[in-house]
Amino acid sequence: MAGAPISPAAAPALPLGGGAVLPEYGDWRDYLALTKPRVMLLVVYTALCGLIAAPVTVHPIIGFTAILCIAVAGGAAGAFNQWYEADVDARMKRTATRPLPSGTLTKQSAFGFAMVLAVSSVSLMALVVNIVAAAILLASILFYVLIYTVWLKRRTPQNIVIGGAAGAFPPMIGWAAATGDVTIMPLLMFGIIFLWTPPHFWALALFIESDYEKAGVPMLPVTHGLRETRKQQFIYTPLLVAASLAPWALGLADVLYGVAAAALGLIFAILSLQVYLNRTEEPTEMKPEKRLFAFSIVYLFALFGVLAADRVIFA
Amino acid sequence: MTPEEEAELARRRKQRNYVLGGILIALAVLFYAITIVRMKI
Repeated sequence: MAGAPISPAAAPALPLGGGAVLPEYGDWRDYLALTKPRVMLLVVYTALCGLIAAPVTVHPIIGFTAILCIAVAGGAAGAFNQWYEADVDARMKRTATRPLPSGTLTKQSAFGFAMVLAVSSVSLMALVVNIVAAAILLASILFYVLIYTVWLKRRTPQNIVIGGAAGAFPPMIGWAAATGDVTIMPLLMFGIIFLWTPPHFWALALFIESDYEKAGVPMLPVTHGLRETRKQQFIYTPLLVAASLAPWALGLADVLYGVAAAALGLIFAILSLQVYLNRTEEPTEMKPEKRLFAFSIVYLFALFGVLAADRVIFA
Repeated sequence: MTPEEEAELARRRKQRNYVLGGILIALAVLFYAITIVRMKI
């Protein structure tokens, strides 16, 4: 590739006469950044776990296509989100360098890109995999864009609780891609991610609270304070641990998963309790919150990995 | 546009075309594979 690569953050908006820019010629990395690749990684991983955990073997090509569709649809949802949230993103340090607030892409380009990704991923899923998986895929995009981004995010501090459901769809879609239906197991996987989202996001929101405040996003720490947020995240933790143990308790997973879920849940609960007991208001001293946020990612990866392995080993 | 801006524009356009070409080739291979698999199932 000719020339030094330009990162999305560093990609310059070409200056023209009179201070105008050439955003319509954004770098391809800007388009990639629109898809939120790091979020996509979690989406792909949990979808793959859902696909593997399903009691039906899928041809690798069909399985790959299903995962590709889920990844692309996740990218579409991320691009729609950035298209709608450009004004909020511009006010937050964490998101100000995204392609739209930094001016390297136009809103029209972002919207067109998101539409192409959404339509192509849902269509391909319907044509190649099955209609149930395609319907849930479409529902997940609409849920994330319309329910979370447009409706809830700027209106209620409970935004991420309900919006978290959008991120909980991938394992269900992976399962549906394999089986063509939705049973109790994919619903439990959905429930685990749904209950994992509040402590995960609120831990993050606690130590970047001032950023959300500046952007006018009614995150719980902004509207109800740090103490209430710490309490709320702690309330969800036993629910999460209970949901994570349910597959084992219901006989849908074996002892390998049961032991791993119990151990991971115990660590999560301890870290969540440390956050609950923490009283500091200074972000630099919020080590328990940062620990919980970091561990919550490891937790979900490990839990779903063990669940998929358990289902394969003890099938 | 200055010559530097034109060069930067050409570079970006070229890179985007390469990426798009790569995606199209990958999709052609994928659709071929899907067709073969579908015929066998």
